[in-house]
This record gives sequence, C-alpha cells and structure tokens, in this order.
Amino acid sequence: MAGAAAEGKNFLGVPVYRPRVAFFELSSCEGCQLQLLNNEATLLDFLSLVEVVNFREGMSGGTDDYEIAFVEGSVTRSDEVERLKKIRANAKVLVAFGSCACFGGVNQLKNRFSPDWVKKEVYGDHPVETSPARPLEDFVTIDLRIFGCPVKKEEVEKIVAGIAIGTAIAYPKYPVCMECKANGNICLFDVGEPCLGPVTRAGCDSWCPNNRAGCWGCRGPADDINIEQMISIMDKHGFTKDTIMDRLECFGGFAAYAGQLRESLNAEDRG
Amino acid sequence: MKINCDVNVHHLSRVEGHGNIKISIKDGQLRQATWEVVETPRFFEALLVGKKWDNAPWITGRICGICSIGHTLASIRAVENAFGILPTDQTKKLRLLLKHMETLQSHVLHLYFLAAPDFLNAGSVFPLIRSNPDVVARAAHLKKLANDICDCVGGRRMHPTRTVVGGFTMLPDKKELAGFRDRLSASVADLQATAELFSTFHIPDFSRETEFVSLKGAGDYPFIGGDLVSTDGVLKKESEYRQMTNEYMVEQSTSKWSRLSRQSFAVGALARVNNNFSFLHPAAQELSAGAGLTPVNHNPYMNNIAQLVECVHVVLDSIGLIEELLGSEWQEPRQPVTARAGTGVGAVEVPRGILYHSYDFDEAGHITKCDCIIPTSQNHANIQHDLTALASKFASEGIQDRNLELLAEMLVRSYDPCISCSVH
Ligand code: SF4
Ligand code: SF4
Ligand code: SF4
Repeated sequence: MAGAAAEGKNFLGVPVYRPRVAFFELSSCEGCQLQLLNNEATLLDFLSLVEVVNFREGMSGGTDDYEIAFVEGSVTRSDEVERLKKIRANAKVLVAFGSCACFGGVNQLKNRFSPDWVKKEVYGDHPVETSPARPLEDFVTIDLRIFGCPVKKEEVEKIVAGIAIGTAIAYPKYPVCMECKANGNICLFDVGEPCLGPVTRAGCDSWCPNNRAGCWGCRGPADDINIEQMISIMDKHGFTKDTIMDRLECFGGFAAYAGQLRESLNAEDRG
Repeated sequence: MKINCDVNVHHLSRVEGHGNIKISIKDGQLRQATWEVVETPRFFEALLVGKKWDNAPWITGRICGICSIGHTLASIRAVENAFGILPTDQTKKLRLLLKHMETLQSHVLHLYFLAAPDFLNAGSVFPLIRSNPDVVARAAHLKKLANDICDCVGGRRMHPTRTVVGGFTMLPDKKELAGFRDRLSASVADLQATAELFSTFHIPDFSRETEFVSLKGAGDYPFIGGDLVSTDGVLKKESEYRQMTNEYMVEQSTSKWSRLSRQSFAVGALARVNNNFSFLHPAAQELSAGAGLTPVNHNPYMNNIAQLVECVHVVLDSIGLIEELLGSEWQEPRQPVTARAGTGVGAVEVPRGILYHSYDFDEAGHITKCDCIIPTSQNHANIQHDLTALASKFASEGIQDRNLELLAEMLVRSYDPCISCSVH
C-alpha cells in the first residue's frame, strides 16, 4: 500500500507525520478525486505527504482505519446517509470535498422539481429510489470544506499539508474579481459575458475568467457580498434575469439568494 | 471434477462508479453470474429541463469527471445541430485535438493505473511506484502531456472552460502549440515502451461473438459526428441514434441497458478498431496487427490493446493537426449563436465508446427535453452476457474462486466502465 510504497518526508532529518487518508464518493462525477490523479507533476509529492489507505477508484483493498476522510458528492439516497454516518464515526477529520459535498453541486438542480416528476422524466414507471440532493452538512458535522467544481489541486495540497502540520486553514474572504484583476484580465462584463466573479469566493485564481469564460459561482459566496448590487450591474449590462438565475443556482452555493430571486421572478410573471 | 465456486465482489475497485459482481457455481453448474449496477442516479436529463441552451455543455460535462471533454463536445454538437450552426474548420481541428488528448489521458489512466496492476500482480498502482518506478513515471509523463494540451486548448483538463457553443472563448498560444508538437513527437518512444510492456502481459483467452457499434469512418478514423454503424450491418444517421440504442430497464441495474441485432452489443475502443481499422494511422495499424488485433476481434480483454492502438493513432494524428493549425492564420474563435426551436443530436466517440446527447428546444432556446446515452450503459448488457459465458466456461473446466474472481474483475475492467456516468 501507499504507506510502504512512497518515501516519507523528512524535516531536519525527523520524519514528518503522514496522516492516513481515505477517499469516498456519494452521488458525484468523481471528478474531484480525479483531480488528485490528474496532477501528475505533484502526485508523487502528494503521496509522500499522506498515506492513502482507501481510494476505491484507484486501488483494491481499503480499510476503515483512517484519520482524514475526503467525501465527494451529495447525498441523494438513504444508503448514502448510512455510509456517510459510518465514515463520520471513523474519521477524526471529515472533509466535504468539492461543491457537490459542500452545496449539493449541479445535482441539486433537480430539487427545482418534485421527486416524482424527476423520476418519471428519466425512468418512466420503473421504480427508483431518490431524494432531493443535499450537502453533507445536512446529515453530519463537517470539519472542513474544500470548494470548487472541480476542486483545485493546489488548494487541496495546501489544506492537506495544513492538516498534517496542524496549521489553521484560511479561505480567501474576498471574491474572484480580486484575483481576476490581479491577473490582468479584461472584465468580461465589458465584452457582454455574464460573470459571478463579484460575489463568488476566490481561491481558484479566477480560473474561468482567465479563459474568457464567465464565473458560474462554483465556489459559493464570498464573505460580505452584495448580490443585489451585482444583479443591478448585470441588469445594466443587459443580461436577462434568466441568465443571472441560471448561474446563481447552478452549484447550490447561492441557494438562499437564488430562491429569493426565483420568487421575485415568479411574482413578476404573475404580475 | 465437479467444482463449487463463489465470487462476491461488492463495489468493484479500480473502475469509475459502483458495481458488484456475483458468481455462484455449484457442482460444476452455473447458478448465477450477475453484473449489478447500484450507482445513485443524478437525473441530469430532468434537471436540465427549463435551462437555457448555454447551460447544457457546462452542466452535462459534470456527468463525468473522466470524460468531461467528450460530454461537453457532444452537448455542444447537439445544440449546434439544433440551431443549424456549422463549426468552422479551425474549430473542428481544435475540438478534435482536444478530444484526442482526452482519449490519450483516459486510455493511459486506464491502461496503467486501472488495468496494469492486475497483470503485474498488484492491488493498485501505489506499490508499483517502488517496484516499477520507470513504468509509473512513463504513465505520469504521458498523462501529463495529454492533460497539459487539454489545459492549453480547452482551458482546463477537467470540466473545460473555453469550449462553448459556436467555438472557443479563446485560442491557444501558437508557441505553446509548437512545443506540444515536439513533446508529442518525443512521446512516441513512450508509447513504444508501453506496447512492449503490454506485449509481456498475458491477455486471457476468451471470446464471445459480439455485435460492435461505433461511428462510421468516412475517410478518417471518426470521433466527432457522422453515421452510425454496427458489425452486424446496421447503418443509421446520427439523428436516428435511438434506433441504435433501444434502451430498456432491468432489475439488476440503476443504469438502463441497450440492445440492437442481438441480446446485447459493445461500444468502445475495440468496437472502433473493429469497425474502422483501415482509417487508423498506418503505424497504429501495424502495432495492432502485431499485437494480434485485426478486425473483427471478439475477445473483450483485447479492449486494452485497442486502447493502446488508439493512443498511437491520436498522438500521430494530433501532430498533424497541430502542424495544420500552425500553418494557417488564426480566424475568429467564436461564431454568434441564434437560438431556435427544434431538436439536435450530437454523437461523439469518447474513450469508452459512442456517446449521444439530444435536446429539444423551444423558440427562446430553453431545453424542453433532454436525452443522454452513455457508452457504459450501452455496454452493461454485454458485460453481463460476457460474464455469464466466462463463468459457464469455467464451471465446466474448473477454476479456483480467487482466479475466477480475478478473471471476472479483469473482464469488467477491460470495458473501462464509467458507472456513475452510465447512471447519471
Ligand atoms: S464538485 Fe464537480 S467535479 Fe467535484 S464531484 Fe461534484 S460535479 Fe464532479
Ligand atoms: S471578468 Fe468576472 S471576475 Fe473578472 S473582473 Fe469582471 S466580473 Fe470580476
Ligand atoms: S471562476 Fe467561478 S466557476 Fe470558475 S472555478 Fe472559479 S469560482 Fe468556479
């Protein structure tokens, strides 16, 4: 296993403690886990930082003896609630890994409809079990959140290193716009592209605007944001309420605001 | 000797998603051989209803972390077909290059990290880091190259950012592209070493006559759009994909199953090689023939070799694509999009086989109906029938539990199933 395979890190000749980590997935695309395998350049460094003892996507075997559990995906079925509670009982630190786990992710878009309609639309009369998509925190206590759809590997490594050496984890409080401006991008509003950069929590290094694609808010709200102001700015740039709504509700991080906006839209419709 | 044998694999490892294998043999009689899919559905086809067209590629890409580029491109093609948008030559080339690099990174991930440990007697790639460091380094190197090119062309290796209906938000840097061309040329040696490694592996000797479905090549080895073909002689248009997939529900699976001329069919690298061998790059054809893979091959374990053959093809083809891109001036990256009512279908060959997206739109471009048919869901029935045939064979020949378990696991892994994707 990883413990025997990867050489441990030394600091002044003293071996640094490598926490035993496990990865689990509930309803998800497994992309957040793959992000770890997908960074070939630093994968081996990462493996020297931790001891991976459970990672079904990448290895056979696996054990319940772990300290940090990374749980990806949202909860959409009763057996997932049971699995999650068991993981909570085993883990010292439970990490909600990615936006599905933190907010429900794209999966929670189905919560706009009744479960019966959703089932009928996809499976007809064939019976399937499903419940509204929920974040982990609706069922168990979460120690740590890693935002993003997908998560950013650099951030994951920083956080894991932090846990290993016991430093506090600080998320950026400011929005994506700050990173975007620091990166010298042209503002997408000026070229007619909607963007949730003004209200979304930074930490992704303005991943999408760097590629001239507007932000969809995958990391959820930053601290102290002003949604109304952003909506009125987007309004002035000619973006429809529909467009703003689609972005706000995409990953579930802005669920509270999106709900309000939808109500006001419906009220206008009735108006 | 009458044998008894029980295999019970819960949540098979080294595959994407959740599936179980159950085999029971009593007194040399096969009692049960089942491939169960227990993945939770996420209902993408329902959650897209009411969303505007620009949401489709962004959201459906999240069906799968491994083939997010393939989903994004199938989705874009479906929207463009519905709105009557023809991609420019430049956009087509960039999309194919991106597609090739997803194929390369996914095949390398499967061949080295998911399949090879079985052949090297390891539970995962982790022990190989010490025992076979050069092998792991080579795999990491190839994957990194493919992923770096995906970053450069698509903006991000997973859940790409630059790929949009109408083209790209931004074009790659030509100097970077030239660098990648050179790295691709240098990687041919890595692929040769990979081929040598796999030539030392013992591919299980097992065949079952199968119908193979893929896009139909017309001059090129096909990846994005075109007619649909099967080895049993079925030929359909892209828009008629439902006549190719014929989905139905079964008890043992939360994924739907498919059938065509027989009780099941297969899609994926082996299906593509079987249907389009003559369109492969000559060097890929040569490697394929050398490894004993010529059409039509009915051994499902040979899908591993077919993936290797495709790695060679996509690398060599990508070098050519980059040359062509470097040889012409950049054009506008993105065409304007005007929504209209109608239906559009996009068929794309993703690493695990042919993928279909189909959407109905109202006049304002809101989705009223959505259908996504995933390669692995098309393969589930075939995996089941292979498993039954494999277990029957050994029920009469005799085998130990552990060996049958390994062969059954390797069989399922050969399909490189993407189970969460198949349920979506
Ligand atoms: S957060 Fe995004 S990338 Fe991560 S599992 Fe969910 S859908 Fe996949
Ligand atoms: S492009 Fe988006 S993130 Fe960047 S400055 Fe403009 S609004 Fe902010
Ligand atoms: S720019 Fe927005 S959508 Fe893109 S990764 Fe960052 S937070 Fe997520």
